[in-house]
Amino acid sequence: MKKIINDPEQVVDEMLTGMVMAHPEIVRVNGFNVLIRKESKKKDKVTLISGGGSGHEPAHGGFIGYGMLDAAVSGEVFTSPTPDQILEAIKAVDTGKGSLLIVKNYSGDVMNFEMASEMAEMDGIEIEQVIINDDVAVEDSTYTTGRRGIAGTIFVHKIAGAMAEKGASLSEVKRVAQKAINNLRSKGMALTSCTVPSVGKPTFEIAEDEMEVGLGIHGEPGVEKIKIKSAAEIAENLVDSIVEDLPFKSGDEVALLINGLGSTPLMELYILNKSVQDLCRKRGIKVYKTYVDEYMTSLEMAGASISMLKLDDELKELLDEPADTLVLKQGGKKDD
Amino acid sequence: MNCNKEQVINIIKNIASTMEKNKEYLTELDSAIGDADHGINMNRGFKAVVEKLPEVEDKCIGTILKTIGMTLVSTVGGASGPLYGTAFMYAGREVTGEKELDLTDIKNLFRAALEGLVKRGKAKPGDKTIVDTLTPVVDYFKSSLDEKTDNEILEEIVSIAKESMEATKPLLAKKGRASFLKERSKGHLDPGAVSCYLMIKEFAAVLKGVA
Repeated sequence: MKKIINDPEQVVDEMLTGMVMAHPEIVRVNGFNVLIRKESKKKDKVTLISGGGSGHEPAHGGFIGYGMLDAAVSGEVFTSPTPDQILEAIKAVDTGKGSLLIVKNYSGDVMNFEMASEMAEMDGIEIEQVIINDDVAVEDSTYTTGRRGIAGTIFVHKIAGAMAEKGASLSEVKRVAQKAINNLRSKGMALTSCTVPSVGKPTFEIAEDEMEVGLGIHGEPGVEKIKIKSAAEIAENLVDSIVEDLPFKSGDEVALLINGLGSTPLMELYILNKSVQDLCRKRGIKVYKTYVDEYMTSLEMAGASISMLKLDDELKELLDEPADTLVLKQGGKKDD
Repeated sequence: MNCNKEQVINIIKNIASTMEKNKEYLTELDSAIGDADHGINMNRGFKAVVEKLPEVEDKCIGTILKTIGMTLVSTVGGASGPLYGTAFMYAGREVTGEKELDLTDIKNLFRAALEGLVKRGKAKPGDKTIVDTLTPVVDYFKSSLDEKTDNEILEEIVSIAKESMEATKPLLAKKGRASFLKERSKGHLDPGAVSCYLMIKEFAAVLKGVA
């Protein structure tokens, strides 16, 4: 394992410390792995809390700020945060208007956030929760855990964050978050594994000429291992499953997110984007807005995921609203 | 069969050291069908539990178990934190005020732990989870054990737990992260089923006086 670290047990703590040193607009809650928006309590609005295991940087702390999250909770690497940490995040930003917890569909995240919301409700804080399940690689069945949540989560932060900023009620913020989830599909692929610092060796083995298709964001193996293909063929594999799932139809307008998993150069992400947009055009799907960058990574894994959000007028308007976070900045600066 | 407070403390300490010893093994099992953190997480949790024990050593067994549950919930994370945490909290609630447990208490304690697990994780036997190891043990405790000696009972629960843990290998995972792998989840032991077996083994070893 070659990594720029001091102690595998301290990676989360030291990362968070380094992060607030670099970004004075976010604050760490003393003694907790919780980052919050500076002075967020001054604002009379529904608060948005997200989080999960560490190793997905810039998610989730990178999306704290105007128009998106109020607080982010970090667990250990690829491990859900514990309920006491989540509760602290909820309390740290509570304005009295309630909190929406944005949770990805992993058993650990679901259970820990559920315990935290039970605890917050005992403290008199109104809580709503949405579960993101955008990954089409995973079979959705009533007999299983269902689909996991991956990079499409960023769209949910953006849509719900814009609604909360308008002063909407908790139920309204939840409604648009759920609408985004219902219209959101993603799929990812990887060329290499990542190495969890405390484990010290790659999570899975993969040959030089192979790729994992349909994997998640924790270095867990994908649903199939196949021979490496061109960007155009990779795009086709991912886009076909995404488009057929919702389904996205000719005439639909979508927002596109091409997400890097940690060690894929922007060059390759842009090439993938070109291939994806070609496919959309062929299928008569109009791309309204495109985001290409690293939003939700899997440590140093090489690979990418594609997310598509089907838009209507309301979602378009919320997507266009300004955001001022560490990573996503659009439409001019808005101060807290 | 009786189990006093000192034995409870010893069981927990032995579970902690077995988690430490099996840290890499559990993590390896988890990297095949999960996200490679089960051993690390369980070790972190039980290390914190051992540090916490001196604070509650003079309390009743119920309080000790509830404190263990709370500590696991706030240090393990992932899915195993809330699952084992809830199991220990439910087990603790069942034996509130007790300084020594008899066979009936122990039966109730195991049943309550399973109830907590199922409530939190909503898994059924056959889903390839911790529940697969624990359910047959609880079922065995439900049967009439009058004619058996303590040692026979303790040996039996360990072999039942071992068999049921091994039986998770060919199963298709229906809960947790392994379920995302569908067919690819077959052929691997469930890491949670294994850690649960390790706990039951330590429990029996202390009561048999061999650990």
